[in-house]
Amino acid sequence: MKEANIERRDFLKRLIVSVLSFSSPGLLKAQEKSKESTSLYEKGYDPEEHLWGMGIRINRCIGCGRCADACKRENDVPRLPFFFRTWVERYIILEGDEVVVDSPTGGVDGFKTHVQEKKLVRSFFVPKLCNQCDKPPCVQVCPVGATYKTEDGVTLVDSEYCIGCRYCIQACPYGARFIHPRTHTAEKCTFCYHRIVKGLIPACVKVCPTQARVFGDTKGRASPLVRFMRMNKIRVLKPYLNTEPKVFYAGLDMEVK
Amino acid sequence: MKDISFLAKWAKKFWKKVPDQVVRLSIPILILIIGFIVMRNLLVPSDFGKYGHFRAAAIDELVSQEIQYSEHEMCFECHDDVVKAKNMSYHRGVECEVCHGPAAAHIEDPEGNQLPAPRERGYCPLCHEYLPSRPTGFPQIVSESHNPFRACVSCHDAHDPKPPTVPKECEACHAEIARTKALSHHVYISCIRCHKTPKEHNIRPRAHRPEKPSTREFCGECHDEKAPSAKGVPRVNMETHGERYVCWQCHYPHLPEAH
Amino acid sequence: MEEIAHQLAPILEQITGYIYPNEIELHWRILIVVYPYITGLVAGAFILASLVKVFNVREVQPTYRLSLLTALAFLIVAPLPLLAHIGHPEKSLEIFLTPNFSSAMAMFGFIYAWYLMAVLLLEIWFDYRRDLIIWAKNEKGLMKWIHRIFTLFSTDTSERAVRFDKRSIKAITIVGIPSAFLLHGYVGFIFGSVKANPWWSSVLMPIVFLFSAIVSGIALVLLIYMVVTLVRGKEINMACLDKLAGYLFYTMIIDFSLEALDFIHRLYESEESIEILSQLISGRLFVSLIVIQLLLGMILPLAGLSSVKLFRVPAELRRHIYFVSALLVQVGIFTTRWNVVIGGQLFSKSFRGLTAYKMSLGGVEGLLVSLGFLILPFIVLYILVKIFPPWQEAKQP
Repeated sequence: MKEANIERRDFLKRLIVSVLSFSSPGLLKAQEKSKESTSLYEKGYDPEEHLWGMGIRINRCIGCGRCADACKRENDVPRLPFFFRTWVERYIILEGDEVVVDSPTGGVDGFKTHVQEKKLVRSFFVPKLCNQCDKPPCVQVCPVGATYKTEDGVTLVDSEYCIGCRYCIQACPYGARFIHPRTHTAEKCTFCYHRIVKGLIPACVKVCPTQARVFGDTKGRASPLVRFMRMNKIRVLKPYLNTEPKVFYAGLDMEVK
Repeated sequence: MKDISFLAKWAKKFWKKVPDQVVRLSIPILILIIGFIVMRNLLVPSDFGKYGHFRAAAIDELVSQEIQYSEHEMCFECHDDVVKAKNMSYHRGVECEVCHGPAAAHIEDPEGNQLPAPRERGYCPLCHEYLPSRPTGFPQIVSESHNPFRACVSCHDAHDPKPPTVPKECEACHAEIARTKALSHHVYISCIRCHKTPKEHNIRPRAHRPEKPSTREFCGECHDEKAPSAKGVPRVNMETHGERYVCWQCHYPHLPEAH
Repeated sequence: MEEIAHQLAPILEQITGYIYPNEIELHWRILIVVYPYITGLVAGAFILASLVKVFNVREVQPTYRLSLLTALAFLIVAPLPLLAHIGHPEKSLEIFLTPNFSSAMAMFGFIYAWYLMAVLLLEIWFDYRRDLIIWAKNEKGLMKWIHRIFTLFSTDTSERAVRFDKRSIKAITIVGIPSAFLLHGYVGFIFGSVKANPWWSSVLMPIVFLFSAIVSGIALVLLIYMVVTLVRGKEINMACLDKLAGYLFYTMIIDFSLEALDFIHRLYESEESIEILSQLISGRLFVSLIVIQLLLGMILPLAGLSSVKLFRVPAELRRHIYFVSALLVQVGIFTTRWNVVIGGQLFSKSFRGLTAYKMSLGGVEGLLVSLGFLILPFIVLYILVKIFPPWQEAKQP
């Protein structure tokens, strides 16, 4: 009885606050601030101190696909060939400007020799993942605020809040998003956010046997990524779309899209 | 007091002037607006908008995700001998979990969650099978002809991978170049004729690199008009041919007939 | 999980070239084709109705109330395919509660609500109010109560009140036309603003959507008017029909020019994506784009309608030409939506390959459900017509 009373009082209070908030939205904010919370951001991790990014050295990638495999294991990505948070593409440029691209099961099972009659001009592997854009089109189009960019520059999805409208998937120029067949909500690479806030590196970076992937902070302090960006001429994917990716490629070929 | 009654009168007068339709319509409209505000306050999570246009708790939910791949140092705690050996070998950059899989559960309960060690012949070629797309210099084999049917681990120790015997032929590592050269007119010229190679290169290839020819004159030893080489060798006038360019800017020495 | 693997595996075999691995699942399917088609009909029908009030086009007066009810019936159904499509319909309220103002889609809720409440319902209410009061007076039982409730229990039929009704209608219509433009223009914007997709990304998209909407709306009202008059055994008002067909003809010409402009512009600019798009048009979209949308849905009805304009055609034949043309236009506009929505997802954003879409028969995203959503508005319209007879004879002097 008493509990119900308190609930009702709380409801009435919120009602009044909300009606008032129509004229002064500050009230609502104040009400929220008073609520105590023990979230990550208040327990010592300051997102403003970081700006995460990834570097990829094309000429080190051996196409073993261990990154795509590790990602599936770390993040419980369905082990089907249609859903990837990261995958590896193979480019084979043949004589006569013919370009063959493939990514059999995203590279999870490695690559087999590609038989072709024409003469090979050049060939290489390109690991792909969410580019963690600084101006993410997916966040721009999400109708409800279920996908968002954190202060430390990582775009994440709130699967509790996602309504599954798939607009973000349409807006992503890099094909980095998919709908999880079990939850029916959007999913994508998180830069292994659950790892990096605890000082670990993303699973794909960790298992790369040739250190083709470099992870770190682009903000101020010395990090493998800062060094990578100093030592290499870097490019991003589809720069003309002005999404400002934070996945940087060294030695990227013109055929990569 | 007087003022208020005047105001009330004025309001009454104004109210009468408002058309009946507007009065009637305003009721459902008001209900809608109030309903919307009530819904908004009941249903919007209280932490929405704390850090931006999203639910603040979503970050914590995401961060609570279980970690599968653990820290590298953890392996050392128990398997120090193996880790030490590996860290001295060519596989020093390859973390344990690349081949053995995510170890977090194993660290929690080493006996209950044993990690697999891939021993089948199909595993190592994920990295070491010859593919033209792989960067040159990366050690590769053609598994079809490389000791078929024998498990890789029967000759190579994955924690200290090196050829079971020090290779005598360059071909063992530089298969692609060797194959190309085999098709060219340079087929009978041995590698060391052009690349002076220290003995140690066979053991520590990166630390002791072979030399490469650096001058036009080197090619001229065979291809100059006055060179004392065999009759069929193509010759040019080194003074005039190719001007200031070095030979390998136009000719690929491992396949000189290519353009 | 098994199910989706089963669904997607056969598509792997239909892929040509290279597509990103996540692109194998095609995301916006038949329901999202139905949705812009239906909202287009709403906007078109309303704009037709507005002609009567704003531009005083007397000839189309007989279709005024019918168009309003048609617009309402389709508007009520419009959000249903969306609701059926999204992964979590139970969370759909979030779009009202925490709309992300940078999202074109988030504005849907508000534009829809505005259009439904502030425009359509209000206009219908003001237009029918006096008639409803008079009908209610002479009725008994359930109908009396329904009509009384819809008048919001108003009883004022004085001249002053009726004058206010008329003035309000005019004001609402003036607000309504830009709102109708907004309603459908914004649906075009949802597609036109996706910079990642060259097939969609175009400033012309909202305008093309709008004019194709008007075309389809006029054609729909024309069809409904003809069928309903036939069913009721009444005489078709030829002046009205000619005028409707005239509007249809002119808007089709604008629509056609815009689409042609869009096409020529793309071809002339010939950007990075042109190669894959020409592969798409000459291959997987050839039948639906060139044959159905262009030839059957545009050229053929345009020829029919212009022949009426050029030659003296007897009324009987005219009626047939109008009917067939309007029917073809519906097919054409539906495939227009199909070609935009499905076509935009058949090529990879890597511009290196094409994928396929196989519509299922059953299931939520299947053909049967979509057909249901296309039939449902007519059922709603039937009920609306029963409650609010739009006929001239029913109008009280």
